[in-house]
Amino acid sequence: MTINLLLQNIANGLSLGSLYSLIAIGYTMVYGILRLINFAHGEIFMLAPYFLYFGVLIFHLPWWASAIVAIGLTAFTGMLSERIAYKPLRDAPRISALISAIGVSFFLQNLSIVVFSGIPKSVHRPAFFTKIFQFGEIRIQSTLFASIGVSIIFLSLLIYIIYQTKTGLAMRAISRDIETSRLMGVGVNRAISVTFIIGSALAAVGGILWSLRFPQIVPTMGIIPGLKAFIAAVVGGIGSIPGAMLGGFILGMSEILFVTFFPAMSGYRDAFVFFILIIILLLKPDGILGTKVQEKV
Amino acid sequence: MKKQNKKICTIIALIILFILVYFAQNRLDAYKIRILNLGAIYVTLGVSLNLIYGFTGQFSLGHAGFMAIGAYVTALLVLPPYYKEASFILEPLIWPFTVIHAPFIVALLLSGLITALAGFLIGLPVLRLKGDYLGIATLGFAEIIRIIANNLPHITNGALGIKGIPEFTNLWWTVGVAVVTIYIIKGLINSSYGRALMSIRENEIAAEAVGINLTYHKVMSFTISAFFAGVGGGLFACLLTTIDPKAFMFVMTFNILAVVVLGGLGSITGTVIAAFLYNFFLEYLRPIEAGFNLGPIHFPPIPGLRMVSFSVLLLVLILYKQRGLMGGVEFTWEGFFRFISRIFSNKKTTEGSAS
Amino acid sequence: MEILNIDNITIQFGGLTAVKNFELKLQSGELVGLIGPNGAGKTTIFNMITGIYAPSVNRIYFQNTDITGMKPDKIAKLGIARTFQNVRLMENLTVIDNVMIGFHLHLQSSIASAIFKFSGYVQEEESIYQKSTELLEKVDLERCKLEKAGSLPYGQQRKLEIVRALATEPKLLLLDEPAAGMNPQETKELMGFIQRIRDDFNLTIILIEHDMKVVMGICERIIVLNYGLTIAEGNPKEIQHNPEVIKAYLGVEAQYA
Repeated sequence: MTINLLLQNIANGLSLGSLYSLIAIGYTMVYGILRLINFAHGEIFMLAPYFLYFGVLIFHLPWWASAIVAIGLTAFTGMLSERIAYKPLRDAPRISALISAIGVSFFLQNLSIVVFSGIPKSVHRPAFFTKIFQFGEIRIQSTLFASIGVSIIFLSLLIYIIYQTKTGLAMRAISRDIETSRLMGVGVNRAISVTFIIGSALAAVGGILWSLRFPQIVPTMGIIPGLKAFIAAVVGGIGSIPGAMLGGFILGMSEILFVTFFPAMSGYRDAFVFFILIIILLLKPDGILGTKVQEKV
Repeated sequence: MKKQNKKICTIIALIILFILVYFAQNRLDAYKIRILNLGAIYVTLGVSLNLIYGFTGQFSLGHAGFMAIGAYVTALLVLPPYYKEASFILEPLIWPFTVIHAPFIVALLLSGLITALAGFLIGLPVLRLKGDYLGIATLGFAEIIRIIANNLPHITNGALGIKGIPEFTNLWWTVGVAVVTIYIIKGLINSSYGRALMSIRENEIAAEAVGINLTYHKVMSFTISAFFAGVGGGLFACLLTTIDPKAFMFVMTFNILAVVVLGGLGSITGTVIAAFLYNFFLEYLRPIEAGFNLGPIHFPPIPGLRMVSFSVLLLVLILYKQRGLMGGVEFTWEGFFRFISRIFSNKKTTEGSAS
Repeated sequence: MEILNIDNITIQFGGLTAVKNFELKLQSGELVGLIGPNGAGKTTIFNMITGIYAPSVNRIYFQNTDITGMKPDKIAKLGIARTFQNVRLMENLTVIDNVMIGFHLHLQSSIASAIFKFSGYVQEEESIYQKSTELLEKVDLERCKLEKAGSLPYGQQRKLEIVRALATEPKLLLLDEPAAGMNPQETKELMGFIQRIRDDFNLTIILIEHDMKVVMGICERIIVLNYGLTIAEGNPKEIQHNPEVIKAYLGVEAQYA
């Protein structure tokens, strides 16, 4: 293998990893606060490119305006799903909330089939994103830079919100102890809604960037990236935001490099991802950056 | 109530069940029989998941993978060799699968045993994990099994799957297996070993302190659970007559999990009821998306509408019945007769007040 | 006969030394009290004896068997049972099931004979049921044996936990604050109960307790811990007059007493 090909693939891995990171953050934030695996997150991710598609096609918005509207609508849907399907189950057994989350996932997926139809649609891509840069022998599509750049911007924004604002403080407090936070006068419901808004908005950004990379969109497109981003969150240490980012990059990178080094085994690409997950869980059950919680005897 | 009387009640119930199965198998149309078959297979799968999750408290999301193993083993065993030779198009089937051939019952048992072995090998390392992490790891294994099935064309025929599997599965088989599964798992639960499993669910540290070997009991429960999931997969293969890796995606595990949770964790009765209700609703919502006429108004067919309404139903149910239909309560003959007598006494009091 | 020999053990968590150079030689039949302020390392010692933690330095011998680093279930099988400071019952199981589970480690029957209810298993189960009922009678819990363990009042939960420990047929019993949450009357009964079971079952008992009436009333020997260090050891009289102890621990208590 030439060094150029390797560099090309590393760039690819970084770009895929940045997308996984964006989606993984939603999983990790929700889990950190509600101890809930939000299985509907992949569908939230899927909605954004559809909103974008219809914004451009039906409302004739410019691409950038449509993208902003799509992010807003997706974030709103995410918040709504929590209010309707998770909030009433906050004191129920955790498994009931999980079933509810999968119910929401089914609902959004099939509603999309009903409303948008199951036939794949092609999202409009502005000319800028289809441009290809040539560095010697390495050819890099501009979406690659865009996805890494945009991810960095949004991740910095997220870190600012979590660690520098009052709402962020409330979110961190709730993830430690929801009951005590409530007693201390933290607006729990509001903070949880904000969590879902932020998580869903980041998934929406991920979805839009995804559609620049793979312009064919279908209502089931959220399942696999959703599952992988979730694995990324677990690998990085679920509940930890830096962990989700790290996990996303590890996953994107190892997926691409696996195919690069073992092209004959490319059918096992997803199996390899699960393999990494299991190995990490067995060696470090709380993920790479997760904190160990031990039961006091 | 005396033990002897309970036994008699159970025998009478089994005879009634026998008669019902006889009539259903002979009188009902193929579509209805198929739904009942699915319901009964879900009983087997659900009860086995309830053993590891509801009773032992170990969150397992690997059932689709276990079913896949059972389904492929059964399919490869019951298909006649000449047929297998003809249908493996991608890559020729390898020995010994080309020559082996076994009757259905042997195939089912072997499916169970091989799946149990897989369960044992997977369970040994992963059952050290707890809670959601265990769920994720078992989910990972199920996906790996599915991906392997997709990538071994000389054994599984790859993504094309195996077609033309003889339709051995009928109500005798599905209901019979369900009854045996319930008998064995109930027998286990109502024993000292079952108490040990439930103690692990209740409080691991206390269970270990009273001398319960956690690994041994968890792996035992997981292996038995896998056994029945494998048998269920075998029944499934011979009901659908076609299997491919796509049939064993996470949705399959979710369906079983939903049955167990909606029925009420730790209640076999609940699982049985939920297994049939789940399949009835799943099937009887089909007309909604097929398009229908309501008086003069014609509703055009809308693909996806069935699952939309089903997921709404699921959400409503879990939001209003947060602990499932049975909430962990089990059917007993005492409870049954108490219920019956309450109905009658209610009737009497209402009659009394009316006059 | 020497039943337990704790040989100068030390345990560290991260940089923190929770217990340092703890030594204890226990003769069969003794009833020893372990006292000290909160965080002195008492429960940590129990956790090391029962295998939840392994000491960082040196070893523990039970009936001349080295049990250091053994798994808790193995240690329970050798004959050490315990209760927990924050009661740990199988809350959703019945009271009788909570006791019967204690006998599981002695079960001879195989899984198959348990599932299919072979006569050997049925006999074993019946005898376990009998023995469990008898144990419950000793603490007056037998009339609520079909209630959920979690629905019992706190004091009764503590008693049930002791009975469950007895069901494992131990030689050494570790009681972690058995009188916590009991009213004076219950505490008095508990003291009699502890002495009775020691005699009836030939037990050796180590007791952690904050209620000084209990410790001074029934323990023959008392060990006082402070910040992980043993600061005194002796009979109740000696302990009550030990200046170190009064300074570290009883001094505070005495003001309230």
